Amino acid sequence: MAHFEKAKSLNEWMDQRLAVNTIKRVMQTEYWIPKDINFLWAMGMVLAATFGILLISGIFLLMYYKPDVNLAFDSVNYTIMSEVGFGWLWRHIHGVAASLVFLIIYIHMFTGIYYGSYKKGRELIWLSGMLLFVTFSAEAFSGYMLPWGQMSYWAGMVITNLFSGGSLEAYGLVEWIRGDYVPGDAFLTRFFMLHVLLLPLAIIGLIVLHFGTLRLPHVNNQEGAEIDFEEAAELYKNGNHKEAKVIPFSPVFLSKDIFVMGIYFILFFYLVFYHFEFAMDPVNFDPADGLKTPAHIYPEWYFLWSYEILRPFSKDLGLVAFAIAQVIFFSLPFLDRSPNVAPANRRGLFHFWFWLMLVDMLVLTFMGKLPPTDALFANIGLVAALTFFALWVALPIITKLEKKL
Amino acid sequence: MSSRRDFMGFALGGFTAVGGIAALYAMKRSWDPLPSVKAAGFTTIDVSSAQPNVLNVEKWRGKPIFVLKKTADMKADDRDVIVGSDRFHISIGLCTHLGCIPAYLADEMKFKCACHGGEFDSSGHQIFGPPPSPLEIPPFKVDGTKIVLGEAGPEYKKMLDAGLTV
Amino acid sequence: MNKELKIFGVVAFFTLFLYWGVEPYAHSQMHKHVEGHNFVYDGTADIEEAEAKLATAKESGVKVEKAEATAKAKKEFWASVNKISKLKGNATAGEAGFAMCAGCHMDGAMNMGGVIPPSLEHAGSLYEKNYLIALIKNPAMASNVDHKYADTSMHPMGSISSMITTDQDIANVVAYLQAKKSGELTTKEAFTDACGRCHAMRYAKTSQLGDTPKFKYKKDELKHQVKVLEEQDLVKAYMGKLPPDLSIIIRARGEHFLETFVENPQSQLAGTSMPRTGLSQEGYEKVKEYLTEVGDPSKPHREAVGPWVILFFIIFTGLAFLWKKEKWHGHH
Repeated sequence: MAHFEKAKSLNEWMDQRLAVNTIKRVMQTEYWIPKDINFLWAMGMVLAATFGILLISGIFLLMYYKPDVNLAFDSVNYTIMSEVGFGWLWRHIHGVAASLVFLIIYIHMFTGIYYGSYKKGRELIWLSGMLLFVTFSAEAFSGYMLPWGQMSYWAGMVITNLFSGGSLEAYGLVEWIRGDYVPGDAFLTRFFMLHVLLLPLAIIGLIVLHFGTLRLPHVNNQEGAEIDFEEAAELYKNGNHKEAKVIPFSPVFLSKDIFVMGIYFILFFYLVFYHFEFAMDPVNFDPADGLKTPAHIYPEWYFLWSYEILRPFSKDLGLVAFAIAQVIFFSLPFLDRSPNVAPANRRGLFHFWFWLMLVDMLVLTFMGKLPPTDALFANIGLVAALTFFALWVALPIITKLEKKL
Repeated sequence: MSSRRDFMGFALGGFTAVGGIAALYAMKRSWDPLPSVKAAGFTTIDVSSAQPNVLNVEKWRGKPIFVLKKTADMKADDRDVIVGSDRFHISIGLCTHLGCIPAYLADEMKFKCACHGGEFDSSGHQIFGPPPSPLEIPPFKVDGTKIVLGEAGPEYKKMLDAGLTV
Repeated sequence: MNKELKIFGVVAFFTLFLYWGVEPYAHSQMHKHVEGHNFVYDGTADIEEAEAKLATAKESGVKVEKAEATAKAKKEFWASVNKISKLKGNATAGEAGFAMCAGCHMDGAMNMGGVIPPSLEHAGSLYEKNYLIALIKNPAMASNVDHKYADTSMHPMGSISSMITTDQDIANVVAYLQAKKSGELTTKEAFTDACGRCHAMRYAKTSQLGDTPKFKYKKDELKHQVKVLEEQDLVKAYMGKLPPDLSIIIRARGEHFLETFVENPQSQLAGTSMPRTGLSQEGYEKVKEYLTEVGDPSKPHREAVGPWVILFFIIFTGLAFLWKKEKWHGHH
C-alpha cells in the first residue's frame, strides 16, 4: 500500500487517488495551442458537440423506435413525432445534426488540406480523421435505413447492389449482406445493430485515437510555422501572454471554441425548427414499397460527389472509379511530395490545386443530385469525374516541383 | 495564475445551466407515459348480463378486475358497487399478499389464492392466511348499467374517504 | 479579426452555394413548377391541357383526330357550364331534383360501382358552384377523368344527366345545395366528405369506412378489418390501385404540390385516375388544415418553442463572446 497523507481539501483527496491535477494540467491548462489560429480551428470541438447531440437525441429516439419492417415507419412518424413528449424535437435535432455534421466534417477536412496539417508528423491525425469520415459515413447510411421510408428502402437496394461487383456478378455476396434477397427485416435489424452499437463504439474509439495522434505533433497554426513549445510555454507561464506564441487549451482556446459553437447553435436550431426539409427528405415520408421506385432517388447530399463518380462510366469502370474515390483521400500525406507545411496560398500550384479540387467536388455534388437523363448534366458530370482523378494524378507532380519554403 | 472572480464565466455557466435544465425537462417529458397508454387507462364494462355468483374477469390497465354479481344470501357490504337493484363486488384481482391472482370458488363463495393459501370473502375482505388487507377497489363510476373503471365517481370517493379501500 | 471575417465569408459563400445547388436548383430541375388556378373551375386548365395534348399529337401524327375531338368537346362542355352558372337557380324547385341525388348519396350508403358516394350534407359550402354544375352535367368531364371512360365504361354517376336533364334543373339543384346543404363543417368533416371514401388515414384511425371503432373482442376487430379490406378491394378495382393513406401526405408532398394536385390531379400526375374534387378555396383550406393536424401535429409546438431556443443561443453567444474577450485580454 503506497503512503497516503491526510488530504486537506476535496481537490487534494481526488488528486491523491486519480491524479486529477496532473490530468488538468496535461489536458487543459498546460495543453499548449498555437496562438496564430482562426475560427476554423474550432471545427473539431463543433464536431464533438454535434456528435454529442446525435448521441443524446439518439437515446430518446431509441426508447421508442421499433426495428421491424412493419412497425418502423409508424414508430417514427406516428409515435415519436406525435405521441412522445418532445419526440418531434429529438427527431428534428437528430436529422439536422446528421446532415450538419458532414458540413462541418468537410470544412474541417478542407481546413486540414489548406494548411498542410496532414504531413511531417501529422500523418496519423489525417489517417485517423479519414477513418472517422468513413465510419461516420457508414453510421449515416445505416441510420437512414431505419425510418424505412421509400428512400431508405431504395438507397439500401441500390448501395447493396454495388457489392455485386459489376461483371463479377457476386449476387450471393449481396444476398449475404442483406440477409435476404431484397432489403427486408433482417437487413433492417442488422443496420440497426450497426447504427446503435457497433459504429458508435468505433467512432468513440477513433475520436480518442484522433486526439491521441494530435498530442505529440501539436495543433498546426495559420503559417505552418514550427514552434518550440517548451520555450513558448515557459514564456506564457512567466506571465508574458502577449509575446508567447501559445495559449493554454483551457480556458483560453476553449473560450473561443465556445463562442464559435454559440454561433453554430444559432444556425443549427434555426434549421431544426424552421428549415429542415433538406435533412428530412419528403420522399422518405412515403412508407417503403418494394414494388414501386420513386421518380427520383438520390443519396444524402454528403454522398453525392462520390455517387456522381460512379455514374458517368460503364458499370465495371464506374465501380473501380468509385472504389478509388473512397480511399484516395487517405493517400494525401503520401502523394504530397513537398516538405512545406504552409497555407496553400504560399505553395504555388498547390493553391490552384486546392480551389480546383473544392470546386470540382461541388460540381460533382450538384451533378450527383440531378437526373442523369439530361445530356448536359451527364457531360458536366463526366468532365468533373475525370478532373477529380486528374487532380490526384497531378498532385505528386506539382508538389515535387514545389519550391522549398 | 487564477482569476479572482470569473464573473463572465459564472454568468455563462449559469445561463448554460438554465438551458440544461430546460433540456432535462424535455427529456423527462419524453419518458412520460404516452397519451395512448393513458387513454387506455379507462375501461367500460357492461354488467347488464352478469349472472349471480359467476365471476367475470375484466382487464383494466393491464390488471385483472373481478366483477362478481352478489346473490341474495351474500352479505351486503359498504364496499359493494350498486347498479340498479343489484349489488356487485368489484376489485382488482391481485392478492394483497404478494400479487398472485386468487381463484373464485363459487360453491364456497370465496376467493382462494394458490400461492400461499390466502382467502377473501365475497366482499373481498381477507378471512384467512397471509393477506394483510382486503382486495383493492379500482376507481370506478357507475353510468346506467355500465361501470367505467379508471374514473373516480362519487361512490368511489365515498369509499376512499371512509377508508374502505386505498 | 478582418482576416477571420474574410475566411468566414468564404466558408459561408461556399456553404450557401452548396445548399443552393443541392436543394432549390436541383428540385427545380426535377419538378417543373405547376401553377394553380385558385380553385376556379371554368375549364381554363382542362382546355389548356387538351390543346397541349393536341399539339403533341399533331407533332407525332398519332391519334390526332381523337385529340381534336377531345379538345372540341372540352371547349363545348365548359362553355355550357359557364352558361348554366349565369342562370338564376331556384332552390325550392331544386329540392325535387336533389331527391334524385339522395338516392345514392344517403346516410349509410353502400359501395356503388367502386366507391361509396360521398355525403352531400355540406356540398354547398365545401365545393365550388361551377364544379357542382359541371359534375351534374358530366361527372367524368367535370372531374377531369374522362380519359378513363373514353371507350366502354361509364362513370358511376353518369346516369344523373338523364335524371336532372335541363340547364335550369341543374341550376336549381345547385341553388338548393348552396341554400340548404351548406353550413359550417369541421376540418375532419371536410376531409371525410371530400377525400374519405377513397383515402384512409391510419394515424387518425379512419378507413374508407369511416372511424375505426374500438373493439373489446379480437373477433370483432378482425371482422371490421375484413370489411375494410373488402371495401379497399372495390376501390382498388375502380381506381386501378389503392389510393394512398394520407396520414402524413402533407410532409411527403408539401403544401404547393397538394394544392395544385387537389385542384387538378392531372396537372401533377398526368393520366392519374384520381378525380378532381371540386373543392372551393375555403373547402380546401379546411382539408389542408386537417391534413396538417394529422400529418404534422407538432407544428404548433414547434413554432411555440423555436423562438425561445434561438433566443437562448443568441444570448448564450453574447455571453460567450464577452467571456472570450476577457480570457483573451492581453494575449493579442
